[in-house]
This record gives sequence, C-alpha cells and structure tokens, in this order.
Amino acid sequence: MRIAWRELRRRPSRFVTATAILTLLATLLMLLGGLLDGLIDGATSAVAAQRGGIIVFSSTSEKSFPRSRISPSLRATVAQVPGVVDVGGIGVAQLGARVPGNGPRDLADVALFGYELAPRGVPAPPGPGEAYADRSLERKGIHPGVTIEVGPARTPIRIVGMVDGLSYSDQGTLWSSPDTWRNATNANLPEAGVGPGVFQALVVRVDPGADPAAVARRIDGRTGGATESLSLGAAVNALPGVSQQRSTFNQIIGVTIVIAVVVVALFFALLTVERAGLYAVLKALGATSQTLFGGVVLQGVVVTALATAVGTVIALAIDIAIPPGSIPYTLLPSRVLTSALALLLAAVFGCVFSLRRVLRIDPASAIGTGQ
Amino acid sequence: MTTTASSHRQIAPPALEMTNVRKVYPMGDDEVVALDHATLTLGSDEIVALLGPSGSGKTTLCSIAGGLLTPTAGSVVVGGQDITAYNTKRLAKFRQETVGFVFQSVNLVPFLTARENLLVVNELGRRTGKQQARSRADQLLEELGLSDRRDNLPSQLSGGQRQRVAIGRALMNEPELVLFDEPTSALDTHLGEQVMQLIRSEMKSRGTAAVVVTHDERIVHYTDRTVRITDGVLHA
Repeated sequence: MRIAWRELRRRPSRFVTATAILTLLATLLMLLGGLLDGLIDGATSAVAAQRGGIIVFSSTSEKSFPRSRISPSLRATVAQVPGVVDVGGIGVAQLGARVPGNGPRDLADVALFGYELAPRGVPAPPGPGEAYADRSLERKGIHPGVTIEVGPARTPIRIVGMVDGLSYSDQGTLWSSPDTWRNATNANLPEAGVGPGVFQALVVRVDPGADPAAVARRIDGRTGGATESLSLGAAVNALPGVSQQRSTFNQIIGVTIVIAVVVVALFFALLTVERAGLYAVLKALGATSQTLFGGVVLQGVVVTALATAVGTVIALAIDIAIPPGSIPYTLLPSRVLTSALALLLAAVFGCVFSLRRVLRIDPASAIGTGQ
Repeated sequence: MTTTASSHRQIAPPALEMTNVRKVYPMGDDEVVALDHATLTLGSDEIVALLGPSGSGKTTLCSIAGGLLTPTAGSVVVGGQDITAYNTKRLAKFRQETVGFVFQSVNLVPFLTARENLLVVNELGRRTGKQQARSRADQLLEELGLSDRRDNLPSQLSGGQRQRVAIGRALMNEPELVLFDEPTSALDTHLGEQVMQLIRSEMKSRGTAAVVVTHDERIVHYTDRTVRITDGVLHA
C-alpha cells in the first residue's frame, strides 16, 4: 500500500490521463444529476411540498390532478377513515397570465393552486382574489402588489406575497384560496369546471403512529373504490413525464458510470501489464497478491476521489454561473454524495479486472530475466 | 551427480540442503527435465558459483532454493527450514524472512529512494518496527558506501551504486541465504570485479551463504566453490 501511495505522490504524471478522463466523467455525472434533479424539482416541487402523507385522487383520474374530482361527500368519507388526522382539498389550473408592463403576447405561464392545508413554505390561504406567487415568476414581473390577469377571461388576481421553490410542470405557481382557484378555473376552463366544495384531490395527514400505506388502503376501501390513494412520493412520480425523465436520465447516468468502470479497468489493466516485472520482483521479495492488488485499488480510489472532487467543484461552479430560472439545474448534496459513491465503487469494480493479472504474475519470472 | 561442502563442515546448520531435487515441466504430451536429481549443500557462510550456459537449469535451481518454485521431487531445506511442501503463502513468508535476492537487472523500485528500496523488505515482511528498520537500512547503506546517496532515486545512481543498493536490499532481512542472479552481467569488467569483491566481503563479514548464478568464468575467483550445471545435472 505504501509503495502504491508513494508512486502516486512521486509519479503523478502517470495518472494524469486517467484523472483527466475521470474528472470529465465525474463532471458529466454531476451535471446529469443536477439537470435531472432540476427538471424533477421544476415539475414536482409544488406537490412534493404538501404536508400530508397521502394524496387522494378519484379512481378514474389516472392519478392526474386535472382529471380528478373529489366531491364534498367523498371528502367527508375520507375524513372519517381511522388513522386520518386531517384532510385538505387541493386543485390546480394551468393558465397564461397577463402581467402589467409586459407585452400583450408576453404571457407568464402559471399554475394556480387552490389549497386548504398550507404546503411547506406557504402561509395560510390568502383572501379572495389574492395569491402568493413563486419567486421564479419575478423575472416575469410578478411581485407583491401587482394584479395579474389569468386565462382568456382575464380573471384578476392580486399578488400579496412570494414563496420559494414551488413549481408545477415547470411553471411558476400561484397559491390562492379554494374559491379563488374555483372561480378562475370555471371562468377560464369551463370544460374542466368544478362545483362548489369540489376539489381535484385531497391532501391527507396521517396519524404519526399509523402506517400510511395501510391508511391509504383503508381510504380506498371505505370509498368503495371511488378513490385512488397514493403516498406523497408515488403521487410525485405519477405527475406527467416525471418517471420518464427519471428513467431516461438514470439510464444515461448508468452508462456514464459503466464508462467510468471501463476507464478505470483499462487504465489499471495496462498499468498492471506495464508493472508485471516490478510486481514479480516484489512478489519474489515476499509481497502477496493481496498486497499488490490492494495497492492497485488504493491508486484507483485515490485517482477517482481526486477526479470526483474536481468534478464536483466544476459542477458547483456551473451551478453558480447559471442564471436562476434559465436552465433547470439543481445540484443537491445528496446527488453529489451518491455520484461520488457510485464513482468510487466503479473505481473498485474497475480495479477488480486487474486482479487476475496480479494473481497470475509468477515471482519466479523475476529471476533469469534481464528486463 | 552430487556436490557437497565437504572441505570444512560448519557447526551451524547448512544454509542450503537440496537433496535429489527434480523439476519437470510439462510440454504438450512430453516433459522437459529442467533439474535432474540435483543435490547441493551450502555451508552457513559459503559462497558458491553456479556456472552454466543458458538453459542449463541454473535459474531453476536458484528459484527452487529461493522458494520461488517448488520441486517436482526431492527435498529443499534452507536454514533448517524444510520448504519442500510449502504452499504459496508460506513460501511468500519464507522469502520475506529467510532469503535475499539480487536480480539480474537489479530491479530496484524506480520511484523509491535507495533507503526506501531497502525499507520495502521490512514493509512487506518482518515489520520490525519503523525505527529499527530505518536504523538497519542506514547501517547497510553506510557499510555499502552509500550514506550520501540514501535519498537518491535509482535513476540518480550509477550502475555500481544501484547494484550495491540491491545487495543492501537482499541483506535487509538478515537472510540465511542470498541468491545472486547474474550480478555482473550488466556491468563492465572493472565494475563487475568491484561488485564481486563487495559481494564476497559483505557475505563473509556477515557469515551469510550465497549462490551466485553466472555464466562468467571470472567470477569463480571470488567464490569458495564452483558448481557447474549442464542440462539440469550438477557437476562438482
């Protein structure tokens, strides 16, 4: 191990090529992860911020907010299910908004939510005709005190405050009372109209001691199959395009990790071939295959750790350089950690390909050769 | 053919006792006999030149004596240890503790200093403790006239200096037996003689036995005895 470490310190140039390639791969991995998290966050953060363990849709809605309808009687049934602590209605309408000072065709895409239970970071529902706006809408000129007009019916909504990091289908959100949302929906989307007391879905808070999955099953049983209850995570994944985006990006990330394995495997396999004479001498002096292979793994892990560190710095620099709202890119600490861990595992796995060569080196070959 | 150190039997156990050692390599359906019933005994501080042409079996004999190869038949005892039936792991430990090697091309670790090349032996094997190992390495380097070169890399040393570092490495674990594989083949005549003088004085001053594998007849002047090998058969 010490020999391998000294080689790293004294012959860093030998490892420059592998480090450079792995740095590019680490950067790519972080960028892909950041883009995935940014896209997912932009599509789902408004739903993910709900303070409830279960989201209840109508059973015919295919887990879609616009298609789902929950009547007041259905809501009352859900509220009586054992394990349910609180129930709040929620609905959303995706509309274009005219902003004072902007051109007539310069509409801001907004998702207008009506809610009863305040999500994380959102105050209690504002007064009639009022809404809190997501800060991403600021670049469209939406800020407190401004009255915007939503939809073709130009329903006025006055902005009374800003909230952070709440998007839905990559649109900035507005958070209003249920009546404000219903009025705007009925005025602008008559085909999707909602009656008095009707919501698109329910946010259900569960007793802390209860099993959310069991409560969800009880809800669907108690409503006679009129509802489809999902955990919050499942409801987030059911949003349009989320699972497809996740799947596509995860495949690209997977391929990138495989490439990292191949790079490490090829590099250290070549290095092992090059060192065959030296390894034979060390074996003749009493080194075991485990010791020599341990040195290869140490070098692989150190090179990859260095590449990952540089890749992380580059990814963070890109995160800082990107203007807010221009590209959906969010570099989460958990993403950095999982990417680093994946690369380090790839390094160890890649080094395993050198194990057979190390095992096959015959110490007797150190004698009788002039190489 | 049998050769023994009959002239002056040592009180200490022999450094090497090879008895009827055979080494056979399969070659397709046939077998190649690399060593044929070789018997060789070395006294505890005896220096023997093993002389023979290429392919005569001298490397095979040296490898078996050093625990790098196991014999097909016969027995091998080094410093009182019967290594005949040792497995790979025990042979590695045996090499760490009991024998020293000086290879044909010296084969120092190129990115380690002279001192570190000696310390490698301790790191791989006995692990006597850092301080003790450092003291021994420094002492060896001083005795070999390399005190002022201990922090130099092999690339910063002359051929003779590298050879001396290799000798120091072979002596680092205080071996019972040192095996020299063509120690002068890469050196000019003058340097070769100097190295052989050094080998003799170092071995004799420590009372350590050595086998010097060579095809260079001039080396026999520096050894106690010469054993010739042809087609795997030893001749006195």
